[in-house]
Amino acid sequence: MITRRKFIKISALGMGAATMGAGAIQLLGAHSKSSNYAIQDFTRYPTYCEVCFWKCAGWTYVDKEGNIVKIKGNDKDTHSNGRFCPRGTGGVGMYHDTDRLQVPLIRVKDGDNETFKEATWDEALELIASKMKSIKAKYGPEAFGLLKHGAPGKHMEHLFKSYGSDTIGEPAYAQCRGPRETAFSMTFGSWVGSPEPTDIRDTKCLVLIGSHIGENMHNGQVQEMSDAIDNGATIITVDPRLSTAASKSKYWLAIKPATDLALLLAWIHVIIEEELYDKKYVEQYGYGFDELKNHVRDMTPEWAYGITTIKPSVIRETAREMAHAAPAVIVHPGRHVVWYGDDTQRGRAVAILNGLLGSWGRRGGFYFPEGKSIPKYPHPPYPDTKWSWETLGEQYPLAEMGITTEIIRASIPSEAKDGHLVKAWMVAGTNLIKSIPNKRLIEDAINSIDFMVVVDTMPSDIAGYADVVLPECTYLERYDGIRSASHRHPSIALRMPAAKPKYETKPAWWIAKQIGERLGLQAYFNYKNYEEVLDWQLKKIGSSLEEMQKIGVKNFDREENPLYLSEGEPYEFNTNTGKIEFYSTELENKGFDPLPKYTPHPEPPAGFYRLNYGRAPMHTFSRTVNNPNLNDLMDENSLWVNPKSAKVMGIKNGQYVWLKNQDDILSTFPIKVRITERIRWDSVYMVHGFGQTNKSMSRTYGKGAADTEMITHIMTDPIMGGTGMRGNFVMLLTENPHTNKNAPQKEEQES
Amino acid sequence: MRYAMVIDTLKCVGCSDCVVACQTENNVPVGYCRDWVTESVGGTYPSVEIELRSERCNHCSNAPCVRCCPTGASHIVEGGIVLVTHDECIGCGACIESCPYDARYTHPDGYVDKCTFCMHRVEKGQKPACVAVCPTKCMYFGDLDDANSEVSQLLKKREHKVLAPEAGTQPNVFYLI
Repeated sequence: MITRRKFIKISALGMGAATMGAGAIQLLGAHSKSSNYAIQDFTRYPTYCEVCFWKCAGWTYVDKEGNIVKIKGNDKDTHSNGRFCPRGTGGVGMYHDTDRLQVPLIRVKDGDNETFKEATWDEALELIASKMKSIKAKYGPEAFGLLKHGAPGKHMEHLFKSYGSDTIGEPAYAQCRGPRETAFSMTFGSWVGSPEPTDIRDTKCLVLIGSHIGENMHNGQVQEMSDAIDNGATIITVDPRLSTAASKSKYWLAIKPATDLALLLAWIHVIIEEELYDKKYVEQYGYGFDELKNHVRDMTPEWAYGITTIKPSVIRETAREMAHAAPAVIVHPGRHVVWYGDDTQRGRAVAILNGLLGSWGRRGGFYFPEGKSIPKYPHPPYPDTKWSWETLGEQYPLAEMGITTEIIRASIPSEAKDGHLVKAWMVAGTNLIKSIPNKRLIEDAINSIDFMVVVDTMPSDIAGYADVVLPECTYLERYDGIRSASHRHPSIALRMPAAKPKYETKPAWWIAKQIGERLGLQAYFNYKNYEEVLDWQLKKIGSSLEEMQKIGVKNFDREENPLYLSEGEPYEFNTNTGKIEFYSTELENKGFDPLPKYTPHPEPPAGFYRLNYGRAPMHTFSRTVNNPNLNDLMDENSLWVNPKSAKVMGIKNGQYVWLKNQDDILSTFPIKVRITERIRWDSVYMVHGFGQTNKSMSRTYGKGAADTEMITHIMTDPIMGGTGMRGNFVMLLTENPHTNKNAPQKEEQES
Repeated sequence: MRYAMVIDTLKCVGCSDCVVACQTENNVPVGYCRDWVTESVGGTYPSVEIELRSERCNHCSNAPCVRCCPTGASHIVEGGIVLVTHDECIGCGACIESCPYDARYTHPDGYVDKCTFCMHRVEKGQKPACVAVCPTKCMYFGDLDDANSEVSQLLKKREHKVLAPEAGTQPNVFYLI
């Protein structure tokens, strides 16, 4: 394929991508050689973390010379309770990383060659504004799409909506938690939301379906799981891999991959057949119980055994454990749940199980979270759009947010429908190459669009494809929107800069405002700086910027309904029937199964292993792999292989292998084999986020393999458009396959 | 006064937050560490068990590193904390060789460095950085001479072990199992 847009390695600029060897980054001034320990007075500034979406609030400590030395949790914060996770603690590395994007870059053609030239902010912003104007004039503003994540994404969303585009999506939905939100909406009339309102602290039984708490370091949740262990709660973990959570569990159900729904249905069967469900709760709040009962009549543990390989006695025993603990039981909704394309239905089975056990709205189950609503800083109404993310995703009738892959598809002329062709992108705070599966689709789209802007702190893979790269400063160097947490009680947190932005980097709010003003949208950015916005908002809710700069976190009393349902309390759920819908009327109306069914999914062909992937506690995907502090803890991923499978393949521990998937796609880089009893013989496992292709990420370039690269077979959820990614199978190759004609594109291999 | 650390392996998830918190608290250069996490796996699928342990200097009551130090840089202070006076350390490495826990390393500036139980924090009534940060609250710190301290109580109630007991070092880091 001839690529119009060549991948440019940012280091090709000679931007001084100095490699910092181990030990080279030493903070100055905090430590005297003659003393055994550091003694110094620090100044601290409030922040909330941007290393993952949990957004823990804490303090950034700065020494007398103005160096950021450490970050700690804020004791008053409901997300962290004063304890940051390794990524939050290691957030300092994001600031100190010399591989950071430093100046705006503009793609230039030099004969046949394409490269980035360093630009001034004025040049870069003018170019973006002129492209936004011309796209608007030619195709309408809707043709400029925004793919985003996190705090910078929010500022850009405001810019795009002001400009007239709601062609907006984020991988956090269709590549992550979308199905569970739709499933819980259909059942309880409410999203699960984030942080999940799981009352793990007070639970007696925690059931995890592939959810690897402890490896996914969602701070408050990990803390509460530890409390639950202290309290003697029963943990039941369903996972083909002995996850850390599984190792802490009373029951580890080493399930055959892709069969979870059969297990869930068998559990429902047992709980109904043995009359273990919460009869009063089900009678008062439930809808469609009889239909459910009929539906699962034949879904016995014996039926599920043949599918899941979990013994019937274990299925019965674990179902009874749950019922015994009810209502203080949590069948956890999970987080990254786009697995097999029937994920909303699996999420429905999880929700139904919680409904039967009466755990929704109960102590030790799910509480009703409450947050503080932050008033919007005044601006004119957003202009109407002719089409938007909703139009692009309309074949998935219950999608509740933009589907990234549909926006990407609509960027390819042959795939776009009804003239809704996306002509340009801004990508803010997400490395699409790693966060979206099916690289070929993304590359086709990138080659089709006229213009792409990337806003990021790091020279991520996606930055190499941009026409303009804007260097954002890190969260430790900027103000951002107020974090309003929905939790057991409402709380707000402030992020303020602890140091001036390094290099030529700028905060996203400033970038959005600058572009907005160049587009004549001053009325939407009617403030000098973000402090003004924050102070206005904070004063509206009984605080002020001055107060928040001192305390960082402010907690409020609940004003709405209580945390839990009281005994027999009348309660209307936000579903069609006002009840907890075991039988979903909404799914039925839209032509889907109103009750979840088990469907078999493809299994690995001979010689192939199912590719499973997950998190490591010290990394947030590709966002942190180059962070000096976190890279120091884990600098590459490994491929987990069961000893039996390794023996069959003749593979040794520590050996590097390349991967080939069912569609003959090869991994760009090799990955180190870790032979371990912690994984089933029919699957392999790797941590997501590694295998960076951008050379300017000096610590991590070429280290480990990218699971996303191997995920080319997508099983799309017909209900909400989630991209099921667990139906990919890989073969392990001991010889470098890239010496043949299938070698990856030359420009990605060379320095 | 006998300071000790008690670590609950049943709660530790091996996240390595203790490592980063120590590095940023004590200005340990990236690439080096005063504490680290180990994982041991036993059994055969699907009867598999793992133990995760946050490890560091055991501040031994019978410390071979102190005995073998030729300059007296390695010494024991009140509360049984083993320290290294950087200025007196000649970097000979005898202590590194003698430590059964591999708890010491040579700092790029030439001296030997290791865990201090965050004495600068302990003196101010704070917990060591690793204990204070741990999201699972699996680490406890206190005085074993005080029978009512959290650490004494935990060791009284729970099954526990020390590392390399055969070395006879009388370590003061305990693992609940």
